[in-house]
Amino acid sequence: MHRIAASSVDWKAIRADFPILREQAHGHPLIYFDSAATSQKPRIVIEALRNFYEHENANVHRGLHTLSSRATEAYEKSRKRVAEYIGAASADEIVFTRGTTESINLVAQAWGGKFIREGDVILLTEMEHHSNLVPWQLLAERTGARLRFVPVRDNGTLDLDQLPSLLKSDVKLFAFTHISNSLGTINPVAQLCEKAHAVGALSLVDAAQSAGHLPMDVRVLGCDFLAFSGHKMCGPTGIGVLYGRADILDSMPPYHGGGEMIVSVALEKSAFKKAPHRFEAGTPSIAGAIGLAAAIDYIEQIGRAAIFEHDSQLARYAADRLTELAGTRVFGPKEERGALVGFVMDAAHPHDLTTFADQYGLAMRGGHHCNQPLMRRFGVSGTTRASFYFYNTVEEIDRMIEILHAAVRFFS
Amino acid sequence: MTTEIEELYQEVILDHSRRPRNFGELADAAVRVHGDNPACGDEIHLDVKFDTSGALEDIKFTGHGCAISQASASLMTMKLKGKSRAEVVEMLCAFHDLVTEETSEAPKTLGDLRVMKGVRKFPQRVKCAMLAWRAVEQALEQGAGEATVSTEPA
Ligand SMILES: Cc1ncc(COP(=O)(O)O)c(C=O)c1O
Repeated sequence: MHRIAASSVDWKAIRADFPILREQAHGHPLIYFDSAATSQKPRIVIEALRNFYEHENANVHRGLHTLSSRATEAYEKSRKRVAEYIGAASADEIVFTRGTTESINLVAQAWGGKFIREGDVILLTEMEHHSNLVPWQLLAERTGARLRFVPVRDNGTLDLDQLPSLLKSDVKLFAFTHISNSLGTINPVAQLCEKAHAVGALSLVDAAQSAGHLPMDVRVLGCDFLAFSGHKMCGPTGIGVLYGRADILDSMPPYHGGGEMIVSVALEKSAFKKAPHRFEAGTPSIAGAIGLAAAIDYIEQIGRAAIFEHDSQLARYAADRLTELAGTRVFGPKEERGALVGFVMDAAHPHDLTTFADQYGLAMRGGHHCNQPLMRRFGVSGTTRASFYFYNTVEEIDRMIEILHAAVRFFS
Repeated sequence: MTTEIEELYQEVILDHSRRPRNFGELADAAVRVHGDNPACGDEIHLDVKFDTSGALEDIKFTGHGCAISQASASLMTMKLKGKSRAEVVEMLCAFHDLVTEETSEAPKTLGDLRVMKGVRKFPQRVKCAMLAWRAVEQALEQGAGEATVSTEPA
């Protein structure tokens, strides 16, 4: 990958690629600090969707006509693009899903259903998003498997000193997030995958918050599964990815049944296609996959290393400036963090704060961020989260601090 | 300062959220309802005592959450103390209309509660305003013992 320093990128010009950033909210210029929930889309992605619908739209793998070939080709080309993007050995290791949530459910049902037995352990962490927790709870209920959790330290990092007593030979899968969506913690993925393999467990990485934010290569990380969503990385909603190591995907039974995933169907029994098509029953999000490939092209043009440098500078700057505000508690590690900062203020509840901020055009998220157990761990019912992407600026953070000062005056 | 936000967070509301009235527990409560708003993490614990006619003799609450949920609970307890069941039900309906209906004129009977009118401009905050009322509704239904109620029915 071409590495460019953040300082040599024209971030202002990049910002202009996002039409929505010219919107106003309540008469103020929009400050969009909710990219961890979903990112905004550059014009080039919106145009890719439009181009597909205007020139290529047809169903895939079905028709023999011109448009169907175009659509199929574009869809499968997108799969290759995703494979390259994350360093997968082959496009066959890329399953298109609706998003991170579906990717994880797919593994829990298809892989878990076949390989997990009563008494087996799924190791998770205390910082998992509900989408990397609830599917495993359901699997545990169905199979009698048990869940175990790596605790989180007060500074927002995983307490890896506990790992030896948690990651033992009864663990069949270690599933954890790459970047915490509430704390911004960046977990040492390669080290965790290696430790999982050392006890014979597989690893699953929730890359929802990292796939569009930093350079990643599944072969360097050494993970067996990796899940992410297109919509958090400049792509459309409704498209996501499950990467699975080829031999593992091939060993798994289908997830959903239907068209597209079969070789032949008789009334009593069907023969299924190989991975990845075995896991893609029904008409997929064709435009979504094409939009995701356009998003990947766009991100790679800027460069993920530059994006990471830019965003983590913003996040550190925001975390620093927040400490100016009296009665403010900032969560997550100080030294290195992903593109977000979660905080609480004595002066106002997260919902009052986000309602207030919205009146000034500032979009943040207040609440538990689908991290209820983690919120409990830190003794709060929710936090306010400002999350960033490469189109955000230092000036916007300065404005956020002004608005928060105004909120303190208003609510105290 | 924009007007919508001032209308939502009127001085009375901010005052009640900072210094909630009837905040505490009733040692001799007939019914205790735990209400929660899982989307926000708002929580209230409402204690109610009835007199022989079934009217609300005393009512207190504890809990934590946003300014809207806490002020709403505080204002509600002040308003409902001494009211008959029928009056409580009537007020519940009137209050619900107040915070949800764009057109409804705030009835005079609601008194101070009318300061909550600004909530109607913020549909995501209606649950916060209604939490205490859902709890009192449950208290009437239950009559005795303990109960829970949630703004997100399971
Ligand atoms: C860490 C993490 N995992 C999983 C998800 C779920 O992603 P999606 O809703 O796109 O399936 C999110 C996003 O909300 C997330 O932040």
